[in-house]
Amino acid sequence: MGRIQETFLDLEKLKKKALVGYIVSGDPDVSSTLNAMQLMVKGGVHVIELGIAFSDPMAEGPSIQQGHERALKNKISLQETLGLVKSFREDDDKTPIVLMGYMNTFEALGSKVFSSTAKENGVDGILIVDMPIEESVEFTEQTKKHGIDIIRLVAPTTSESRIKKICKQASGYVYYISLKGITGANSINVDEVKNKVLKLRELTELPVVIGFGIKDGSTASSVKDLADGIVVGSTLVDIMGGNKEEIEKHLSIKINDLSRALN
Amino acid sequence: MPKKDKKVPDSQGRFGAYGGVYVAETLVPALEELAQQYELIKENKEFKSEVQNDLEKFVGRPSPLYFAKRWSKQLGGAKIYLKREDLNHTGAHKINNTVGQILLAKRMGKTRIIAETGAGQHGVATATVAARHGMKCVVYMGEEDIKRQSLNVYRIKILGAEVISVNSGSKTLKDAMNEAMRDWVTNVDDTYYIIGSVAGPHPYPQIVRDFNSVVGKEVLVQSKEEIGKMPDLLVACVGGGSNAMGLFYPFLEISTTDLVGVEAGGLGLDTGKHAAPLNAGSEGVLHGMRTYLMQDDKGQIQDTHSIAAGLDYPGVGPEHAWLKDIGRANYTTANDQEALDAFKELTLVEGIMPALETAHALAYVKKKAPSMDSEQVIVVNVSGRGDKDINTVANIEGIEL
Ligand SMILES: Cc1ncc(COP(=O)(O)O)c(C=O)c1O
Repeated sequence: MGRIQETFLDLEKLKKKALVGYIVSGDPDVSSTLNAMQLMVKGGVHVIELGIAFSDPMAEGPSIQQGHERALKNKISLQETLGLVKSFREDDDKTPIVLMGYMNTFEALGSKVFSSTAKENGVDGILIVDMPIEESVEFTEQTKKHGIDIIRLVAPTTSESRIKKICKQASGYVYYISLKGITGANSINVDEVKNKVLKLRELTELPVVIGFGIKDGSTASSVKDLADGIVVGSTLVDIMGGNKEEIEKHLSIKINDLSRALN
Repeated sequence: MPKKDKKVPDSQGRFGAYGGVYVAETLVPALEELAQQYELIKENKEFKSEVQNDLEKFVGRPSPLYFAKRWSKQLGGAKIYLKREDLNHTGAHKINNTVGQILLAKRMGKTRIIAETGAGQHGVATATVAARHGMKCVVYMGEEDIKRQSLNVYRIKILGAEVISVNSGSKTLKDAMNEAMRDWVTNVDDTYYIIGSVAGPHPYPQIVRDFNSVVGKEVLVQSKEEIGKMPDLLVACVGGGSNAMGLFYPFLEISTTDLVGVEAGGLGLDTGKHAAPLNAGSEGVLHGMRTYLMQDDKGQIQDTHSIAAGLDYPGVGPEHAWLKDIGRANYTTANDQEALDAFKELTLVEGIMPALETAHALAYVKKKAPSMDSEQVIVVNVSGRGDKDINTVANIEGIEL
């Protein structure tokens, strides 16, 4: 059983919700990312999504765009991130790691090289934002071969028939985008999310997490009962971009707040 | 040679290996709807006559095919004809596309228009049709381009549109396009995104090509009636590639007509400071399409440079990528200085001041025409007029206006 599946099964037994935390790999540098990952796990994050910096992150709001820019200043690459995952695995063989990014950087490394190295180094899943099911034949084949999950997105605009098609190709978990917009947006509408996620859960056996627009304990608790977990990104990336001395403190406070809201 | 019975793009939006729909899931349904609606609406009689009417009465089509007699003689080779898109309302070919897309937007029930712009010509062309139809309009423009195309920024504002300055990334056209996409994903219910070139996810490369094809269709007729033969060579500058695609498309099956696209060579291909993905780039995915890109070996998009803001883009329309690979069209470059020289030469010799983008195509004609004989015909697309570039040129000459 893979780490993602195991983590969600364990949480289900405990009747707990998953806290999925997103930060950008290499933001502001690789060692800060490694520290933050360990701190996140200690504070109660169950799944780590590592953003792969891209020069043109089309789906991101200002917070995460700046995270990508900070990481690129130090010329972080996908290959280096794979090294970072390997380092993280020296002390943690349990927490699932999902790499989230854009097609072009993954393709530059190549689906074959990427998939085999990623598996070897302890990556569990990928989420490529600009790779809808129609454009993912090659990556699906390679990741499947190496037992890496492809996390799929479902949006408020996705029709029921399309959700079915997407879920057929999904593995690991399904990521529901809570709003029409970019990461960090402010307009989450709980009733709309509820209707859509209820439908989605009828159509898939996989765990469903809700992301985009969840910033703190109160937004987290407003949607937590609808799904198996929530994703928090922009607010963590803001902390990573702040004063370096205070990253640990702010990260702990934030994750504590989110963890409590989920229990 | 491309065949008529093989439709490009295919239903997935592919031109060979290029094109496609590489976007976030939220936009997939919107693009599917656009593709479906476009296929239906474009065949609608009423729609066709509305577009035709606007092209005639609002844009001023057909644009003349002008024989550049003095310039041809001076270069001493082929006969050079200029397709005068500079005479269109708002001063460039960009209006051919916006006139069509806004009618499409209205039929789809959209009430708000957004666009990205580099040189500002597409911004002006979009703001113009938005004013004409009384629709709300927002134009995204990189901070760098706002500085160098201030005249067009002001025009867009007078036309009643809002200009939003984009200061992420390289602060030019590609970043404006990112920001327009972010707007669209947020306001997808009521907003129509008018992309300004044959770039972006399917069906945009097809839609923008189709609306600009009026240029090539007119050249077909004008060549027959006014020259008495088909051109031996068509030349156009290539940024995203819409003026080139509009000229080339109706000629794809005429094998005796050569097609050459001219990219921005900037300070020279060897300096890395250029905007010539077809000449010096590699395959990748950006802005919803698979195409040739300027990128490093890690897949990060590189900063581009060109004297012409409208060519300053690291990607290119997927149909050009395909035409290059199958060898139907050839792509070359002209650098900043060559473009500047051609800009001045055409102004002096023919009394026609071209846009700096167009000047890249002219620079190639300058080199090529002397090697051809006087029975041969070159048609070059004068994609726009140079008024917007006066500040840039004066700056280079050290003149303050
Ligand atoms: C006059 C003119 N020509 C050419 C271009 C380049 O665009 P495309 O390659 O899509 O024709 C522009 C873009 O702004 C332009 O303003």
